[in-house]
Amino acid sequence: MADQIQELQEQVLQARRNKQTLNIVGGGTKAFMGRLASADASTLSLAGHTGIVEYHPVELVLTARAGTPLQDIEAALAEHGQCLHFEPPRFGDRSTIGGTLACNLSGPARPWSGSVRDQVLGIRLLNGKGEHLRFGGEVLKNVAGYDVSRLQAGAMGTLGAITEISLKVMPKPATTVTLVQDMALDEVIHYMNKRSGEPKPITGACWVDGKVYLRLAGARSAVDATAEKWSGVVMAQGDQFWQQVRDLQHDFFKASEAPLWRFSVGSAATMPALEGRWLLDWAGAQRWYRGQATLSDLEPLARAAGGQVSLFRGGDRAGEVMPAQPEALKTIQRRVKNSFDPDGIFNPGRLYSWL
Amino acid sequence: MTDKPTISREQLADTFRQFIDPAFVISDDETLKPYECDGLAMYRELPMLVVLPDTVAHVQRVICICHEHNIPVVARGAGTGLCAGAMPHKEGVVLSLARFDRILELDPLARTARLQPGVRNLAISEEAAQYGLYYGPDPSSQIACSIGGNVAENAGGVHCLKYGLTVHNILSVEMITAEGDRVTLGSDGLDCSGMDLLALITGSEGLLGVVTEVKVKLLPKPEVAQVIIAGFDSIEKAGDAVGGIISHGIIPGGLEMMDSHAIIATDDFCHAGYPREAKALLLCEVDGTEEEVQQHIAEAEAVFRKLGATSIRTSQSEEERALLWKGRKSAFPAVGRISPDYYCMDGTIPRRYLARVLLAMEKMAEEFALRVANVFHAGDGNLHPLILFDANVPGELESAEAFGSRILELCVEVGGCITGEHGVGVEKIRQMAVQFNDNELQQFHDIKAAFDPTGILNPGKGVPTLRFCQEYRSIEHKQHKHEQVEASHG
Repeated sequence: MADQIQELQEQVLQARRNKQTLNIVGGGTKAFMGRLASADASTLSLAGHTGIVEYHPVELVLTARAGTPLQDIEAALAEHGQCLHFEPPRFGDRSTIGGTLACNLSGPARPWSGSVRDQVLGIRLLNGKGEHLRFGGEVLKNVAGYDVSRLQAGAMGTLGAITEISLKVMPKPATTVTLVQDMALDEVIHYMNKRSGEPKPITGACWVDGKVYLRLAGARSAVDATAEKWSGVVMAQGDQFWQQVRDLQHDFFKASEAPLWRFSVGSAATMPALEGRWLLDWAGAQRWYRGQATLSDLEPLARAAGGQVSLFRGGDRAGEVMPAQPEALKTIQRRVKNSFDPDGIFNPGRLYSWL
Repeated sequence: MTDKPTISREQLADTFRQFIDPAFVISDDETLKPYECDGLAMYRELPMLVVLPDTVAHVQRVICICHEHNIPVVARGAGTGLCAGAMPHKEGVVLSLARFDRILELDPLARTARLQPGVRNLAISEEAAQYGLYYGPDPSSQIACSIGGNVAENAGGVHCLKYGLTVHNILSVEMITAEGDRVTLGSDGLDCSGMDLLALITGSEGLLGVVTEVKVKLLPKPEVAQVIIAGFDSIEKAGDAVGGIISHGIIPGGLEMMDSHAIIATDDFCHAGYPREAKALLLCEVDGTEEEVQQHIAEAEAVFRKLGATSIRTSQSEEERALLWKGRKSAFPAVGRISPDYYCMDGTIPRRYLARVLLAMEKMAEEFALRVANVFHAGDGNLHPLILFDANVPGELESAEAFGSRILELCVEVGGCITGEHGVGVEKIRQMAVQFNDNELQQFHDIKAAFDPTGILNPGKGVPTLRFCQEYRSIEHKQHKHEQVEASHG
């Protein structure tokens, strides 16, 4: 564990002086995401900026440097029976907490336990002027100043290098049970939403290959009683299934070379009329699709379902991979970017071609 | 605001009256009067005009006109805010969203509701109840406060530890930008690509846009909820018990603490049967399925007993639960009864410093010769010290304000923050200089400029000017030095 803030700051200041752009890299496990990284840029590596800075289990708050691998954080939490409730995906052992926030990645529990964006309480950030700034804090409630911490979620480093993160953590559920049963795609959206509307300890609802998987987690008494009442067979390898879905390691993600598209839409929205393979997670709010398509073809389908589509992996990453923005929001985002990074040093073009 | 207005009050009122019913364009001082403050009445200002449009197109037009003529715009919901965030600007327009009070759509299957900004917080849960659903955040003012205001302040309530703040419970907002564009942030999906502008807007106190529609998530109503009240003979023990519950792995739906002043005031007020001899009282609500609640209540009682509770009572019916909560929920009016005025603070601290902070606060109370009662969202570390004073006694208001400032600075000192859920507004703008350095404040100003280049939206709130901060910090520094010198001589 090491505090490399001085070196990082110096590197940013130097880049600014030399009019050099920087690609921010943590563990390097998310290089496949977003648009292609700029070939002209140097690397600003956060991989060595690691370590848990503060952790008081009783406060339900943990603070770590951005380069800290998720597995180190989860191991520290597990010692005290706690966990990251948003189930961050790991795309390799080196996946870091900083990259998780920058890409706003959360696992199957997201609709019930919130996302990484929901759990972040504060950050430290190196902006494009080389200033090391602190926003939010280490307390669960804080409305002093704009919420710059959560603004970073999904910004993919375009606003600066996140150097430290404080997160809300939660007790690990005492028991987990997964129920599985056959169900056709045209029934499952209604079914998953219905179940989500019941006051039961549900923390996962996924459909793939004609089967629906529901996960119950919490106090043993509540989980057992609900499992008894709900239909479906208890799955022996439940935890493994959810981990594979979380880390994109399920066969659905591995079996083909076709581009992977992510629809983030209304959970109860009708399925887009699109032939091909689907995996539905988050009780229908996150729908993965494999297929050759163009963003502009898919966007109207996502809009009709109340949400958005993005190209998550593969396909043409030289073009846009994120949904088109209306002109007014483009203007605002350009100005926000400029307010953090006036010389456009960080991750040019990674999020949008125009940012 | 960088430029002067380019239109007179009369001209502006006439312009608005061309498209808004003249009864809803207010320009006479008598009718303007009720708008001079929000829920924090110690800060007052009469606006130039109040306008109450009833269509989004009209809101958009009002903002476009104000933008064109450099007129400040202060958006206002129900006016229940506690930081003077909706205090008018004397050369500006108060844009009231009070007429936007319709629930536009409620989808029981998707568990969402699409709302106009003036819909009352409680009205959402009342409407959703028929489907076994409710809206999570429940600020004390929920009977009156509006969802638009909740977004502006990122409102919380007593159930945040488990169910989150406003930012965790909304899917999208539609807003009008300072330049008059109508935009939507967020979607029906749980997240959108790119930087999270929805989060940035939440809690931005009307400085970045005017919210015209909100889509919220609804939660299934828990099968059962039971509350335990546990008395303790010291604050420290009660604080340890809070930690004990959380370490045990239970996340209560609500976890509240009151000190002895608050216990007695609230028990006198609503006869909840609180243990009046206790130095601290915990209210711990457990909710969930029947089996889960049964299990967790038994475990929580055992934890409290082990950690020295002097009394334990668990609600056995919905009526009893409501009665036990009534004390906590009426803490503010109850305290209002024992003092002509009170000033409610809103700092948040890491819970481990609770005893230290409360003790320091008692000492300060002696220094300032004022009483302070404490109610506390113990689960999430959010303190609400109520400073009791009498505005009719010369100097007491100023003392209360100075006392309040010191409390907030103490919160920052132990690693907390100056406001957990009430917002900065005008009230805490000075303490922003303690919480943030100049570079951070400048970053806030730059964000503001990205949304509102001419600075017409709620100017003078939320973020102090850097010059002001430098002055404030140097005065504070001198004062503290002075006090230290006095203390060492005294």
